[in-house]
Amino acid sequence: MISAPDVVAFTKEEEYEEEPYNEPALPEEYSVPLFPFSSQGANPWSKLSGAKFSRDFILISEFSEQVGPQPLLTIPNDTKVFGTFDLNYFSLRIMSVDYQASFVGHPPGSAYPKLNFVEDSKVVLGDSKEGAFAYVHHLTLYDLEARGFVRPFCMAYISADQHKIMQQFQELSAEFSKASECLKTGNRKAFAGELEKKLKDLDYTRTVLHTETEIQKKANDKGFYSSQAIEKANELASVEKSIIEHQDLLKQIRSYPHRKLKGSALCSGETEHTQDQTSQAATTSHPDESADTDLYTCRPAYTPKLIKAKSTKCFDKKLKTLEELCDTEYFTQTLAQLSHIEHMFRGDLCYLLTSQIDRALLKQQHITNFLFEDFVEVDSRVAEKQESVPPKPGPGRPPSRSLEECLIPQVLISVGSYKSSVESVPIKMEQELGDEEYKEADVAEMSSFDPQENLDYLDMDMKGSISSGESIEVLGTEKSTAVLPESDSQASLTVPLSPQVVRSKAVSHRTISEDSIEVLSTCPSEALIPEDFKASYPSAINEEESYADDSEGAIHFQASVCAPELGEAEEGGLETPPSQIDSSCCIGKESDSLRVPLSTPAHTPSDQDGVVSIPPQRYRQKDQGFHVDFVVENANPLRDSSSEGFPADELDPSHLLASRDVSKTSLDNYSDSASNMSSLASTSSDRTPSSAHPTGPSSERHKKRAGQNALKFIRQYPFAHPAIYSLLSGRTLVVLGEDEAIVRKLVTALSIFVPNHSRYAKPVKHWVSSPLHITDFQRWKLIGLQRVAAPAGAGTLHALSRYSRYTSVLDLDNKALRCPLYRGALVPRLADHRTQIKRGSTYYLHVQSMLTQLCSKAFLYTFCHHLHLPAHDKETEEVVAGRQASFLKLTLGLVNEDIKVVQYLAELLKLRYAQDAPGTGHPMLRFDYVPSFLYKI
Amino acid sequence: MLRWLIGGGREPQGLAEKSPLQTIGEEQTQNPYTELLVLKAHHDIVRFLVQLDEYRFASAGDDGIVVVWNAQTGEKLLELNGHTQKITALITFPSSEACEEKNQLILTASADRTVILWDCDTGRQVQKVSCFQSTVKCLIVLQRLDVWLSGGNDLCVWNQKLDLLCKTSHLSDTGISALIEIPKNCVVAAVGKELIIFRLVAPTEESLEWDILEIKRLLDHQDNILSLVNVNDVSFVTGSHVGEMIIWDILDWTVQACECNFWDPSPQLDTQQEIKLCQKPNDISIHHFTWDEENVFAAVGKGLYVYNLQLKRVIACQKSAHDSNVLHIAKLPNRQLISCSEDGSVRIWELREKQQLAAEPVPTGFFNMWGFGRVNKQASQPVKKQQENAPPCSLELIGDLIGHSSSVEMFLYFEDHGLVTCSADHLIILWKNGEKESGLRSLKLFQKLEEDGDLYLAV
Repeated sequence: MISAPDVVAFTKEEEYEEEPYNEPALPEEYSVPLFPFSSQGANPWSKLSGAKFSRDFILISEFSEQVGPQPLLTIPNDTKVFGTFDLNYFSLRIMSVDYQASFVGHPPGSAYPKLNFVEDSKVVLGDSKEGAFAYVHHLTLYDLEARGFVRPFCMAYISADQHKIMQQFQELSAEFSKASECLKTGNRKAFAGELEKKLKDLDYTRTVLHTETEIQKKANDKGFYSSQAIEKANELASVEKSIIEHQDLLKQIRSYPHRKLKGSALCSGETEHTQDQTSQAATTSHPDESADTDLYTCRPAYTPKLIKAKSTKCFDKKLKTLEELCDTEYFTQTLAQLSHIEHMFRGDLCYLLTSQIDRALLKQQHITNFLFEDFVEVDSRVAEKQESVPPKPGPGRPPSRSLEECLIPQVLISVGSYKSSVESVPIKMEQELGDEEYKEADVAEMSSFDPQENLDYLDMDMKGSISSGESIEVLGTEKSTAVLPESDSQASLTVPLSPQVVRSKAVSHRTISEDSIEVLSTCPSEALIPEDFKASYPSAINEEESYADDSEGAIHFQASVCAPELGEAEEGGLETPPSQIDSSCCIGKESDSLRVPLSTPAHTPSDQDGVVSIPPQRYRQKDQGFHVDFVVENANPLRDSSSEGFPADELDPSHLLASRDVSKTSLDNYSDSASNMSSLASTSSDRTPSSAHPTGPSSERHKKRAGQNALKFIRQYPFAHPAIYSLLSGRTLVVLGEDEAIVRKLVTALSIFVPNHSRYAKPVKHWVSSPLHITDFQRWKLIGLQRVAAPAGAGTLHALSRYSRYTSVLDLDNKALRCPLYRGALVPRLADHRTQIKRGSTYYLHVQSMLTQLCSKAFLYTFCHHLHLPAHDKETEEVVAGRQASFLKLTLGLVNEDIKVVQYLAELLKLRYAQDAPGTGHPMLRFDYVPSFLYKI
Repeated sequence: MLRWLIGGGREPQGLAEKSPLQTIGEEQTQNPYTELLVLKAHHDIVRFLVQLDEYRFASAGDDGIVVVWNAQTGEKLLELNGHTQKITALITFPSSEACEEKNQLILTASADRTVILWDCDTGRQVQKVSCFQSTVKCLIVLQRLDVWLSGGNDLCVWNQKLDLLCKTSHLSDTGISALIEIPKNCVVAAVGKELIIFRLVAPTEESLEWDILEIKRLLDHQDNILSLVNVNDVSFVTGSHVGEMIIWDILDWTVQACECNFWDPSPQLDTQQEIKLCQKPNDISIHHFTWDEENVFAAVGKGLYVYNLQLKRVIACQKSAHDSNVLHIAKLPNRQLISCSEDGSVRIWELREKQQLAAEPVPTGFFNMWGFGRVNKQASQPVKKQQENAPPCSLELIGDLIGHSSSVEMFLYFEDHGLVTCSADHLIILWKNGEKESGLRSLKLFQKLEEDGDLYLAV
């Protein structure tokens, strides 16, 4: 490393940064001014480097009435992504800005508890200390067993880029609303089911009580009632009341505006199906009554049970998991939607914006864009969906909320209230009580930590209350400029959480130490009424006070009771391996995994964050060369050889820019290429993103790889031009070969030249081993065909020669091509074998732009009125044809075979435009009687 | 290994070497069919196609279903399900003038011994007759008499309402293979080697009953009669399995001309091998006839022959028009002849006057190009022999349509929409003129633009 200090200095700042601590310092002349945030492993592209997570992720948190704010799950569910980012801490922060969380209970003037159909609140929140900015979407779900029947949740899109959150706010809001709607729909179903069961229970209880009273009455003829009897009567009365209340609740939940339910296409689950699941969820939600569970596993045979007069203590019951709350099916759908969101907003802001502009432009060419753009469909679908879910006007919004109502959620946050756990305590009192109580509790708890921390906590509390170091600024106020003199307070905050963090802190010279939460904006569409602001603003300070020890509370629970429960909750989610959850919320585990790099600081001086979650031995092996690779990329022979058979794994822009630090990016890439190697046998093309949401075949990676392979093909085969011409002119190209992987790879690469018939599927068949048929040529324009040895393959070859007039045949094994002659000028520009383009993604874009140009020519040709219709009755067809030819040649500047390409595209455009029902049937097979030629290397 | 790549454009070599099959390269400038549409609805061999009106046709086959198609768009309009076994005959049924509804009707006969009358506009099964003793193999409608006849092992006469009017006695176990109408209320039925002439007696004042009488049996054919067609007002023609073609007078049922073995080259051939080849009866069986004012076109074995009615001789022939038996031929208005064959191809021929007498009937240029000298030699041998009676015209191959993977059973020509072929590979292919279609699509596009009001938006 010392031997080549210049390389190191240029390529990998972190290493250099770390060196002085372990090894003799570098000579002064070699030192290069370093990127200030290099210790975080940030790349120079990132504006903010404080973030401890490698890329954006989605966090779902709950404000548990038992343990306070807690993270439930992250998407992607990968510890690598959020690294050492403190989820507990952040959960606390994001949960503490929910102004909307409404109280459901006995509102003044109402006899029964009332459910509010609360609108979700959407806020943007920043935490510069953590380097995290978040779009936070609060929602409440109903739970019969919860306090006030509500459980506040929030989904947060967490990014290190503030601008990204701000500029994508509308999109984020729209997407998260869908997810939220899905959750809430499922929740309403589950809640209604739960209520029904509860009603049955109550009914049964009433019957039992009634009988008992009767018996007592009969047994007791003395004319006066025993205290026992009176108690029973009271009990009966309370059950009666409870029944009425629950019936009322059921009515309320059922009266939820139905159009909303319909609105969310995402949640269109089958009702009867979900009913069953609801009952199942309900059964599992009573773990304390597990003895009864068997009795009512099947819904029709639900046996009502006796409800004891005394309700169980708050702590005794286990709260339902999110999945139980929302019905598994809806929960899974939500997860899919969330991972879709994660995919959607992956990448740097400029990348997102460019692609949005790109899409907007593509939408404008709605007539031609189906030809070569394959992701338009998904987008338009999304857009349609967006339209179909209108921004909800809030009928369920409470008309006016009193100050204390709004304060309640914040107060509830405090550990104090959690400790007291007395539901019946009057609200007003609780607020005051809570404040004191929690201070006490604070001290009590803090005693278990070292005194310095205690001091810090107190310090922070004070600061919080005077709003100096930490401030919550609501509604787009200026970012807090108050900076703490030292960052001790945060360090101390995180000490108990993760020793690793401390270490990184100590090593890094952080300059940004201000610790502030900024609520930068709220959603305008979900307009908060002014009272809400007023109401919530004063509470900000309270909130802050609570936050410090709540994070402590979080530690608390992790150590004790709730950790397994959390694990369970996570396991409920379909795609969450338990180990990951553990590390996501239990710090102990995480530091476990951190141990490896910690123990070898000399070898891996750079790993600070999420790096550690990849296999350590691999990492160390590849480490050096890899980081060099990242910057020097293609020039590195070692890398090329290591990834032979695959396109040099370039950084695709979204990936690169999205990630916050170099090391992680490169590692990410590395792990990708590693997975490539392992999946060499399988197709490189068919790798689909792991998310449940269909993101379509045209992922960035896919395009890049296709572009790279296409580039390779062009360089490798001198007859690439006629082959590409065949594809562009609609003549089916059959790629014949023995090796499936190679054929598939080439087919994928060449598919970027294939015009689509409709926007539903590319006419590409990657691999066929049976003889081809005439229908195949009508349907597919690019076919990968297996070459089978002599006797069995005779049929295949015979069919191929029989239908040779419809096909061009590329024989990979013999490096030969049989296809018509091409003498145009278009393809040479499209596929220049001497092109300077080296990257697959660049080439892909080049092809796209060329093809777009071509499309516009085809568009002009198709829609020029005078070219296709006779100007007057006497004009013959020959004159029209002549006009067409001269237009193609002179106006569009097409030569020879290029004309056929445009004509073919024009036919596709015509077909598509005139088609009434898009996507029905296959287009006709057009062909020319032209001689073919054999090209051979 | 690469052989197929080199010679991809022609038929497999083995076949090409065996017979001097005329082939055409990939460059077919005169072939107008540059667009095709594969129609898939049948599950078995499609044997029959019938035109319903100027844009619709019906197809039927061994799967027992009848499908009505739009010939312009290739859209499947209707599927008629009713028969349980393969369909043996399909005919359009002119709705009587008395009948109010102008719906297009078709009659289908099936191996399940039923005949069904369908309404092709609604897909309704109008009526079903299932009192047959045997499978009906041919159907004929006599419009003048408002009756239709069904031919199986016997011949039955039905009226428009599908009432049985009368029937003949059991004729033969093989049944009637073909039926045509001739003047004087007579019909000719081909039963095995025999031609039987029946006369229909319409009800008169004396007898209210219909009757059908056997008038005459013509026993001139040596073998089974495969084809029987009306040629013009004065004659009809029959062809048999052994290659006899007899032209009959339509009024007195006498033989006008008989061509037996005239296309059988065996007397002229000396090589043992070729005699053997031609003695295979299949090679000279006459499968189909078509005609125009001057000529009768016969599909004989693999070959095509043009017989001039005036000259009473073959004026053009193509001995190996296909690799396999020619199943159906049709004459187009523009002197073109289309043939389809068991080899799965459809070929388009043009009847041309020969410029010089010495012209070779089989062009060999193609083979020279590929260097198959031996084939060339063989091909030129019969040419010399035929010098003295060389036909004055020739059939030139101007294009072939390759699409089906099995024998092409039949085709149907639409003046406006192109050609429809049906095949044993369960498919129907619609062949179209690409340029014409392109123009039509443009027209449709601008019509739609106009409808949407987009056409003059910019102006």
